Amino acid sequence: MVTNEQEDGATTWTVAETKNLTVEGERKSGTLIAKASGRIDGSNAREFQDALETFLENDISSLVLDLEHLSYISSAGLRVILLVSKKLQRNSAQFGVCSLSVSISEVFQISGFDKIIRTHSTQADALSAINA
Amino acid sequence: MEPPYKILVVDDEPDLEPLMLQRMRRDIRKGQYEFVFAHDGNEALECLSAHEDVDMILSDINMPGMDGLTLLEQIPKVDPEIRAVMVSAYGDMKNIRTAMNRGAFDFVTKPIDFEDLRVTIDRTLRHMAEWRDALRSRDKLVAIQNELGVAQKIQQSVLPTEFPTSDSYEIDGRMEAAREVGGDFYDVIRLDNGKVGLSVADVSDKGVPAALFMMSTLTLLKGSAIGLGDPGAILSEVNNLLEEENEAAMFVTLFYAVFNPANGLFTYSNGGHNPPVIIHADGSSTILPATNGIALGVAPGWEYDEASVTLTPGETIILYTDGVTEAMNAEGEEFGLDRLRQILSESRPSAARQANSIIFDAVREFAGDTPQSDDITCLTFRRSES
Repeated sequence: MVTNEQEDGATTWTVAETKNLTVEGERKSGTLIAKASGRIDGSNAREFQDALETFLENDISSLVLDLEHLSYISSAGLRVILLVSKKLQRNSAQFGVCSLSVSISEVFQISGFDKIIRTHSTQADALSAINA
Repeated sequence: MEPPYKILVVDDEPDLEPLMLQRMRRDIRKGQYEFVFAHDGNEALECLSAHEDVDMILSDINMPGMDGLTLLEQIPKVDPEIRAVMVSAYGDMKNIRTAMNRGAFDFVTKPIDFEDLRVTIDRTLRHMAEWRDALRSRDKLVAIQNELGVAQKIQQSVLPTEFPTSDSYEIDGRMEAAREVGGDFYDVIRLDNGKVGLSVADVSDKGVPAALFMMSTLTLLKGSAIGLGDPGAILSEVNNLLEEENEAAMFVTLFYAVFNPANGLFTYSNGGHNPPVIIHADGSSTILPATNGIALGVAPGWEYDEASVTLTPGETIILYTDGVTEAMNAEGEEFGLDRLRQILSESRPSAARQANSIIFDAVREFAGDTPQSDDITCLTFRRSES
């Protein structure tokens, strides 16, 4: 894990950096934001899972998964999101996904995952839903 | 590899044997090393054949009879995995180079510095241990790959290759599995009163767990389909059964439909699967409207709705998995749903089997040499022209 101290005191982490996927973490008003960029498929779903589980170790009360820069997700990636969502639910923590591109949002709709995982159009929306 | 490690020392110098035993006595007493001695290359080779458990060789270069450099060439014929460390005169770079070129693992110079020798021996033994480990892993991997091949065959063999025939419809199904064991399947289930059940599904992820999940889905679906009849109720039941003890959060997208030849009604429920495409008799196409489904195995107690369309004679419906629409070409573009609809509109297949051939050919041509990363599955149903 690479930790970068930023000037404003906020901390960001890069927890996964495989050929096609980067996962970064950032804390914003008590919520952990995980940004996944690139693509998630069978070849790196394991790394994606390990990255998110690194965040879960920190006993967090809310997690937002920002997919703005994600171009593709396969069912193997959806499975990881589902696992994380279930884990957070068990710990009574909140979970949301935000900033889905048209094609990723289609994947959520077709699979029906939009019915069991809260999706928000922007990160700000996701944060205000959690802080509401 | 476990101590004591057996080291074969080859040297014509008679003083070396007692010296080695004396200087290495602690390591010998600790059960770390064990030495065997030979006095030239020929004797060394005999010794290697007699003691199969030799872990490494320490050999002089200049010896009467067979010298060390010739011995190096002969060792692989007896044991290709064993490593040799050569002992040479200080500064004898020419022989050292030759020895290294012939596969020597390392060298020490005379007069022997025993502390340095111990370090070199340990490094060689460590390397040997890792090498043998790697070879064992490779053998295991080969065995696993063979097992996966068997799993793939079993998986393929449960998919129907012969389809019920009728005056009112025809069916063709096909799956091309990706290299790994995957999780696609299709099935055709004969029901009462001439009805027929059709399913296509895609399990999240690949590998043996996905294949097992796929097999249990297939079995549960068949049981429910025969027992319950209504697609919505069937998906609701299979979903609950799959959700029990699903710690791994696996899921399956599943489309199931029942066709009734008496009235042409095609009743379906979609559990988070790619919506099928209907090709009308005039070549135009429609996407089958969604029901309220979710992939199965994730939302316990979910009530799956069903919907119906009437298939008119000459209409074809394509049930497929995302292996078709997400097939990629060298430029990283996806085959896509639009292209699928377009080729079917243009070719207007007149039989289910022909439709599948057109789709598979088009996907293959589109992908070119790009390796197939997902199973490609199509189950095509066509209501016959009366």
